[in-house]
Amino acid sequence: MNFSWMAWTLPTVLFFVTILVLLIGMGVWEFLSPGGNPRVGILRFETTRGDRLFVSLLGSAFIHLAWLGLIGPNVWWALALSVVYAVGVFKLV
Amino acid sequence: MEKTWNNKAWFMVLPVLVLVAFSAVIPLMTVVNYSVQDTFGNNEFFWAGTDWFIQVLHSSRFWDALQRNLLFSVIILSIEIPLGILIALNMPKKGFGVPVCLILMSLPLLIPWNVVGTIWQVFGRVDIGLLGYTLAALGIPYNYVNNVFDAWVTLIVMDVWHWTSLVVLLCYAGLVSIPDAYYQAAKIDGASRWSVFRYIQLPKMKRVLLIAFLLRFMDSFMIYTEPFVITGGGPGNSTTFLSIDLVKTAIGQFDLGPAAALSLIYFLIILLLSWIFYTVMTTSDAQN
Repeated sequence: MNFSWMAWTLPTVLFFVTILVLLIGMGVWEFLSPGGNPRVGILRFETTRGDRLFVSLLGSAFIHLAWLGLIGPNVWWALALSVVYAVGVFKLV
Repeated sequence: MEKTWNNKAWFMVLPVLVLVAFSAVIPLMTVVNYSVQDTFGNNEFFWAGTDWFIQVLHSSRFWDALQRNLLFSVIILSIEIPLGILIALNMPKKGFGVPVCLILMSLPLLIPWNVVGTIWQVFGRVDIGLLGYTLAALGIPYNYVNNVFDAWVTLIVMDVWHWTSLVVLLCYAGLVSIPDAYYQAAKIDGASRWSVFRYIQLPKMKRVLLIAFLLRFMDSFMIYTEPFVITGGGPGNSTTFLSIDLVKTAIGQFDLGPAAALSLIYFLIILLLSWIFYTVMTTSDAQN
């Protein structure tokens, strides 16, 4: 099968592989510690670790967009900020 | 009771996974790939990095279309949700009127979107349309082709006509599922009509209202066909919503890179707003 129409590039492959690894990692985590670890954090509503991953990914996307819109094309700092944000979400939300 | 583990059950979800992969995941991956490249056709692509995202985020065209989209969704939701509830409350609960009302309510939902657009385009014309001609005969100046206010009113009325039925049907389904015992208890307590609505009907409709709210928000935020048929995004750009802008960029200008970046930003906004609505409504539901 020819997938050249999908126009794959190394950065986008790495991006999707990262997402896939995260999802597999969450699956393994759930297998080792079932139940999703629900808790009420600073947002004052119950979240499971799947919710926290979703909030982390969605928030990271907007951090990157805000960085591109307000600062510039170098997104490495936005990536670092997103990692800090994701750690914060998993600790506090 | 101990759970029975049968890993063969995973094969049952395989068809759904394949369907979602081909209808959502693969197109989304392709859009992500296009958003960081430029192409002039012939399946040749050139790396552009984040340029298209910066271009879209700095264009007034994008922000103006986004504002129009948000305004349209707010107006649509603030009309269709209360109106849908009101109609559902007044629909008959038993007898011959039930199927008649249900069929009448379902009719607008059965009409394809481009046909709805065409109906209202003709309906609003001053020379041959019933609405436009009648308003002109009454001396009311109305022309959706060159007046911004008239174009917006036409789109809003058209959407209310087309989609309020969905809210009505969902609310009606919620209302008929309320057991009679609730109403009897309210009658014994001497509850007013408002109290019955506030403390019995509205809480029981909450789940269907959440669905109606989300469906109408996402649909109105992604509206394309009807405004494209009726106004074509005009007069000027006054009814150019994000989806129309997206199609103009992708197909009209063949700028696939900027169009892909715009569609990803558009997708993220819808995802964020839908998640906020869903979380707020389900959280308040759980607290109640």
